[in-house]
Amino acid sequence: MTGLLYALASLGAFALVAGIVLAIAQKVFHIEGDPMVDKLDALLPQTQCGQCGYPGCKPYATAVACGEADVNHCVPGGERTMLQIADLMGVEPKDLEAEPVAPMLAFVREDECIGCTLCIKACPVDAIIGAPKQYHTVIADHCTGCTLCVEPCPVDCIDMLMKPELIEHWSWPLPDTKRAQLGHERREQHAGHG
Amino acid sequence: MTEIALILLSSVLVNNFVLTKFLGICPFLGTSSKVETAVGMSFAVMFVMTVASTVSWLVQQYVLIPLELEYLQTIFFILIIAALVQFIEMMIHKTSPVLYQGLGIFLPLITTNCAVLGVAILNVQQEQTFLTSALYGFGAAVGFALVLILFAGLRERIEVAPVPTLFKGSPLALITAGMMSLAFMGFSGLVKF
Repeated sequence: MTGLLYALASLGAFALVAGIVLAIAQKVFHIEGDPMVDKLDALLPQTQCGQCGYPGCKPYATAVACGEADVNHCVPGGERTMLQIADLMGVEPKDLEAEPVAPMLAFVREDECIGCTLCIKACPVDAIIGAPKQYHTVIADHCTGCTLCVEPCPVDCIDMLMKPELIEHWSWPLPDTKRAQLGHERREQHAGHG
Repeated sequence: MTEIALILLSSVLVNNFVLTKFLGICPFLGTSSKVETAVGMSFAVMFVMTVASTVSWLVQQYVLIPLELEYLQTIFFILIIAALVQFIEMMIHKTSPVLYQGLGIFLPLITTNCAVLGVAILNVQQEQTFLTSALYGFGAAVGFALVLILFAGLRERIEVAPVPTLFKGSPLALITAGMMSLAFMGFSGLVKF
C-alpha cells in the first residue's frame, strides 16, 4: 500500500514540477500572434465553407491580414462582412466577387436518401441530422446554403431550394439590384400560380 | 580520458543508434529530405537526448531506486522526454519559426523517438555513472546527427540524379539507408573487445 502511495506521490510530484517548468517556459517563449488575424477571424461567419478559396475562415483571415487576399471573398458573410473587413483593414470596400444570389437552402429528398451520412460530415454548420441507414434531413434555420453537401451525396438526393423569404427577415430591396429583380421574379411566379 | 574517448567513439560510430541498433528510423527517413531541416532536427535531438539521459539517470538514482519504484522507469522516462520536447518546441517556435515550419510534425514526434528512450533505458541497464551516462547520451545524439546529416546530403544529391522511375523517392532512400548501415557495420571492427 505504501509502495503504491510512493509511486503515485512521486509521479505526481514529478509531473507537477515538469508542468511548472513548462508553464514558465511558455511565458518566457510567448509568441505574439498577429492580433489582426484574430480580429478578422472574429468578423467572419465561421461556417468554414471554403467558398472564399481558402480551407476555412482562419486561413482566409490570415490571407487578408497579410494582404494576400481581397476583402470581398466571403460569400456567406455577404456585403456586411465585406464592409466590416474593409473598415478594419483600412482599404476601400469592393464589390462582392460573387453575384449576390438569393439565399438557398439544402433539401434532402428523403425517399431517395440511403442514410450514408456523407452529407452530415460535409456540413460545416452541422445543419444536417441523421444516423447511418436512417433518412437525413436539413435543419432549415441552420442551413447557410453553402452547397457543400451536394457534391458528396452518392445518390444526388440533395436539392438546393430557394429559401422562403420570411416576413421578419424581409426588408425593402434597393432598386435595380439583383435581389429586387429576384423578388420581382418571385412575385410574378406567384401571381402566375394564383 | 581514454574511457571518455571510448564511450564517445562507441556511441557515435560503433554502436550507432540509427544504423546498427536501428532505433529512431522514423525521423531518420522523415526529416532527411533537406540538409537544413536535418541540421535543425539534429540539434533538437542532441539537446533532448543529452538532457533526457542525465535527468533520467538522476531520477533513476535518487527517486526510483530509493523508493523501490524501478517498475515505473518507463513512464517516468517518457514523462521527462515529453516535457523536454515540449520545452524545445516552444524554444524553436520562438527563436526560429522557419525551422519550426520545416520540422513540422517531426518536432513533437521526438517524444516518441525510440532512440531517446533507448538511450535512457540503456544507461540504466548498463549501470553507467552520471558522467558516462551524459556522455553516452551526447555521443548517441552526435551519432544520430552525423548519420542524419550525411543521409540528408546523399538524398539531396540523389534527388537530382537520373534514376529509374521505379526507384525514385522512398525506395532509393531505403536502399541508401541500407548501404549506409552496411558501411557503419564496418566500424564494429574498430574496437577489439
